[in-house]
Amino acid sequence: MNNARAPLISVANLNFRIGETTILQNIDLEISAGEILTLIGPNGAGKTTLVRMLLGLLSPDSGEIRRNGGLSVGYLPQAFEVDPSLPLTVRRLLCLTQKPSPEEMEAHLDEVGARNLLDHPVQSLSGGERQRVLLARALLRNPDLLVLDEPIQNVDINGQTELYRLIMKIRDDRGCGVLMISHDLHLVMAFTDLVVCLNKHVCCSGHPEAVSKHPAYLALFGKQAAESLAVYKHRHDHVHGPEGEILPIEPEEAGHPQGGD
Amino acid sequence: MEDFMFRGLMGGVGVALVTGPVGCFIVWRKMAYFGNSMSHTALLGVAVGFLFGVDLRLGILVSCIGMALALLALQSRKTLSTDTLLGILAHTALSVGIIAVSVLETLRVDLMGYLFGDILAVGVPDLWWIYLGGAAALGVLAWLWRGLLAVTVNEELASAEGIPTFAVKLVFMLLIAFIIAIAMKLIGILLITSMLIIPAAAARRFSSTPEQMAALAVLAGVVSVGVGLWASVEWNAPAGPCIVVAAAGLFLFSYAWEMFAGRA
Repeated sequence: MNNARAPLISVANLNFRIGETTILQNIDLEISAGEILTLIGPNGAGKTTLVRMLLGLLSPDSGEIRRNGGLSVGYLPQAFEVDPSLPLTVRRLLCLTQKPSPEEMEAHLDEVGARNLLDHPVQSLSGGERQRVLLARALLRNPDLLVLDEPIQNVDINGQTELYRLIMKIRDDRGCGVLMISHDLHLVMAFTDLVVCLNKHVCCSGHPEAVSKHPAYLALFGKQAAESLAVYKHRHDHVHGPEGEILPIEPEEAGHPQGGD
Repeated sequence: MEDFMFRGLMGGVGVALVTGPVGCFIVWRKMAYFGNSMSHTALLGVAVGFLFGVDLRLGILVSCIGMALALLALQSRKTLSTDTLLGILAHTALSVGIIAVSVLETLRVDLMGYLFGDILAVGVPDLWWIYLGGAAALGVLAWLWRGLLAVTVNEELASAEGIPTFAVKLVFMLLIAFIIAIAMKLIGILLITSMLIIPAAAARRFSSTPEQMAALAVLAGVVSVGVGLWASVEWNAPAGPCIVVAAAGLFLFSYAWEMFAGRA
């Protein structure tokens, strides 16, 4: 990194449409080293689209994405599955686009607690093991920024906490930035520094402690959080029209915690 | 061994050397139907070749590339699924090909020969085509291997790690068209896909790396060609279908082995 103070990636006033449909609107975002930022939002909120833009796989219609010079990114895609017809061991998966030495592979699997999996077929791994192996694979690139798209999908409940702990530990040990996408509200609050609610635009953002202590947040999420894996509801000072445009709502319905930016 | 038998065997082995590794990717990428559609399009290519008086392989290559590009163009509309689009393109191309070949009656085209191949009629120039063309195809595949494997494992990941996924997939499509063009005369357009997918499928059970599976698919293909040709002469049966049945026998063997090993 050229400058530890500068954000790893910053996004300013980013817009993206497909045909007449607004996918992303006026997005501002900053991710710094040593910081875990989580994007939450309902299906179709544009989370994955935004991540694809941050990775440089997709260009916005307008707006600016600024990457720190020489930024190295480790990426974990959503719902990683390998077809059973393809014989692939963990060792071969780690060597797919890089050429790590056996010692490096062992060391990185060790770091994520997946030491004995080197010669296992990828298809035989549990959801949690698979994510650890993919993390090891991403860490082989010595990333400044980890981008994790729904990392706890297909991971059992106990494994989810462990995986988040591991991600925090990696952040602590390596000082890299972490960008996560999550559906999960309950767990993610304990393991992130910043939350950004996305629903085609940035609805609100802030520190999870501040957000989660707010009476309105507790009323909205407190009891539902455990079962809110897929269903994400929240209230805002606005509603969305059919094309994702922002519309005002009746004053008495407003009352969402506005995160500090 | 008779000369024609030897040439047939050499031709078949040459084809198996190429279809083994390429076929593995077709199996891994679930492109069997795509391969089928490409080969159906090859009949149109035969007609095009006759019509313009060019080498039939060139006609096939051009038609198959046209089919692949048409598919890419239609896919970008995203209203119909790929298998529906392939069904439309493949059967249209096959039908137009059959019409064209029958209208060009004066040319006395041996339709059965193109549909099912005639491996025992392979001449020395055909062998040159198969071995030089096959070597070129394997060279391209070796060059493509790393990127294509990464794209096959996970396209998003490959793309994020700097693999030019669109180019890799396009080159692979062209490679399939090329292989169909050089192998068509031997096993025919209706059976060519079987040489791509059956040996690869038979090899899966015994492989723990992609490269191993590619090598075993070559072996399975070569054995199928040998057994099929022998059976063809022994029972005076058409050679192409005999090779396919031999390959299917190997697949059944691997399947039975898997069942047996699973019980043990």
